[in-house]
Amino acid sequence: MPQQNNRDAILFDHNHDGIDRRGFLKCMAWAGTGALCVLEGGVLKSYGLEDPAHIAKAAKGELSFVQISDSHMGFNKPANSDVIATLKAAVAKINALPLSPEFILHTGDISHLSKPSEFDTVDQILQSAPTKNVFFVPGEHDVLEDNGKQYLERYGKNTKGAGWYSFEQKGVHLIGLVNVMNLKAGGMGSLGAEQLEWLEDDVRHLSKSTPVIVFAHMPLWNIYPEWGWGTDDSAQALSYLKRFGSVTVLNGHIHQTMQKVEGNVTFHTACSTAFPQPRPGAASSPGPMKVPAEQLRGLLGVTDVNYVRKHHALALIDSTLE
Amino acid sequence: MTMKTRKSSWIIYIAASMVLALAALPNLEKSIAAGPPTVDVKIDNFSFTPATLTVKAGTQITWTNGDDIPHTVVSDDQAFKSKVLDTDEKFTFTASKAGTYSYFCSIHPKMTGKVVVE
Repeated sequence: MPQQNNRDAILFDHNHDGIDRRGFLKCMAWAGTGALCVLEGGVLKSYGLEDPAHIAKAAKGELSFVQISDSHMGFNKPANSDVIATLKAAVAKINALPLSPEFILHTGDISHLSKPSEFDTVDQILQSAPTKNVFFVPGEHDVLEDNGKQYLERYGKNTKGAGWYSFEQKGVHLIGLVNVMNLKAGGMGSLGAEQLEWLEDDVRHLSKSTPVIVFAHMPLWNIYPEWGWGTDDSAQALSYLKRFGSVTVLNGHIHQTMQKVEGNVTFHTACSTAFPQPRPGAASSPGPMKVPAEQLRGLLGVTDVNYVRKHHALALIDSTLE
Repeated sequence: MTMKTRKSSWIIYIAASMVLALAALPNLEKSIAAGPPTVDVKIDNFSFTPATLTVKAGTQITWTNGDDIPHTVVSDDQAFKSKVLDTDEKFTFTASKAGTYSYFCSIHPKMTGKVVVE
């Protein structure tokens, strides 16, 4: 895992042109694990987990939830022959949090091969989580063969289209998007016209001070198009969110944490609970990365998200399964 | 290496060659008699090899997934479409009609390939 400067403050233009290229590039650096990132009035600061004062502040958030991703239940190759154990370890990690999360987001690739038994196993393991409120979006591994029919039956009640939806929690507007359907040859993730239209309409009535959190499986920013790590029509989706003061985008798919701030939008990807994938371009393909057994749990993890209204701050804490 | 192991290596080598020769015989016969020509495409490291394949009409093309991640083989015009191929699973398509078939993995659409049937 590459190291980063845990006390790097990234300044960006919050209110003028909305995009700061210098900040963009700086934020392309790896977030690494065990970092706490706090967004406060236009300044993103990241601190090492050894800085208890800031963690305590973040933990006092009014809205606290956890993101888990890419459990790939059913995967049994050398990169991790026991994805049941690592998902259980992730749930144990959530149970050990000082503040019980109000809900859990699972950002897709629940299963490895869309088998009913794989979904059943995940559902069963999540029974031991501190909250029964789990919100899902599908990954491409969850909609194999049946165009997402089974996924919708299991997780998509009261959703629109291929499973997109929104809901409110303590004044925060959360939006679950589906970008793994109808993928086009040569392309990346795709939202599609119908979903984009729905999104535009969904946020129209919100005041610009409403904090917005968008979650989807594939990254909604182009991390590495060569490996398909992005979404073809994400720019249009983000254009509907430009007027909001605070937007957070949470994704999975790339099995590693990465973070970027662009204008008013903070992008963040979560670790997998199953197996790590290489850094962009660091291997000949994005396939599962085999690491020595004693290093595996240091590359898997969960993300704890805290929203502090008073400080207009949103904190993301990535922790590994070690 | 001792004399003994060298000798046993030779025995294994000869035995293996005989087994291979025997195994190849029926195949050879079949391909001369009735079997269509066959070509293999490997799926490794999230790519198809060869990425472009030119074959005579009637050729049987077999894709084998060597990755630890499932893939599919789907032609853009849906002329052929595999089920999801897990590790080591295969998909075979007989290219009977002349034409150019662009295809991709519907799970990882950056993976593309082409079959030219003459």
